[in-house]
Amino acid sequence: MNIIAEISRWAIPAFLLLVPLVAYLRKVKVYEVFVTGAEGGFWTAVKIIPYLVGMLVAIKVFVDSGAIDILAYLVKPVFGFFGLRQDLTQIIPLAIMRPLSGSGALGVATQIISEHGPDSFLGRLASTMQGSTDTTFFVLAMYFGSVGIKKYRYALKLGLIADITGLVASVYIVSKVFG
Amino acid sequence: MVNAVWLFLLVSGIIVAALTGRIDVVTNSAMAAAKLGVEVAISLIGIMSLWLGLMRLAEEAGLVRALARALEPLTRLLFPSIPRDHPALGAMILNISANILGLGNAATPFGLKAMDELQKLNQGKDEASEAMCTFLALNTSAITLIPATIIAVRLKAGSANPTEIIGTTIFATGCAMAAAIFVDYLFRRRKGGRS
Repeated sequence: MNIIAEISRWAIPAFLLLVPLVAYLRKVKVYEVFVTGAEGGFWTAVKIIPYLVGMLVAIKVFVDSGAIDILAYLVKPVFGFFGLRQDLTQIIPLAIMRPLSGSGALGVATQIISEHGPDSFLGRLASTMQGSTDTTFFVLAMYFGSVGIKKYRYALKLGLIADITGLVASVYIVSKVFG
Repeated sequence: MVNAVWLFLLVSGIIVAALTGRIDVVTNSAMAAAKLGVEVAISLIGIMSLWLGLMRLAEEAGLVRALARALEPLTRLLFPSIPRDHPALGAMILNISANILGLGNAATPFGLKAMDELQKLNQGKDEASEAMCTFLALNTSAITLIPATIIAVRLKAGSANPTEIIGTTIFATGCAMAAAIFVDYLFRRRKGGRS
């Protein structure tokens, strides 16, 4: 754990030191080449704007209007159908929010943790879920947007299957480890 | 599928707002989100430039190729459509590594660079390639060894052991990643699966 934290802390400085140094030793004109590469930064950032705006607007309207709460309410009976423990239904809003919005999901997770306590079953489950998957919609919009891809093919399906697997695995492992 | 989901989010949001008599929410949220989209993109410019500059250096020094070669057995399996030694491989490896270490600031520029390289290989131009789908599946499910943000939240909420969820998180994210790799393999075998 501490070793990993240290690696994370040193990774970027090491990268910043080693790459230019090795490049210099291999006779690359370091500054000139760096600047040529850096030129691409501006356009890449600008290109993702329409995709981000489109995705963020739809997501924020969905969340702020309360439609997300209604969806969470509609999903509840499914949990009963599978005979899962009742308090699990409290985690539904987080499960829906997680792939949509990073800041939104963090807000919901923080709320669950403060309401039920960080060391409760729900608190630990929310923590595990928050750390175990990414904001699939946001990432797809940004990454595909940067290269002008409009047809995602099966990418969204694939991302959501991974998210659902992460969710089920979270419930399983937290029940198993912490009971 | 993305068209249907996008429309669903927007339409259901507006209907719910209208039925609950809070239609103003739609206007305010839409405007705020549009502004946020630009802010996120603009705030990326500096970091993007820094990492793209370094990436170019690493490429010219032959480091990206060396990295791709070192992990070739793995990348052969996941990305059979990408020629060996292609710069896309190095950029994808750097992106996943940065994700694993929780270095979000570095991960995004590497990832966008990888997409740029993948797009050069992509014939269809406005349609995702198989390699892109595989890469994004890995990216969005990638293991984070230390979920730093949530640990901070737990600490603040007075947890007796804020880091006790690291193990469960790694397990869950590992399952997600395994599922992503496996299902992606199925999709690729089915060739041309549309949605």
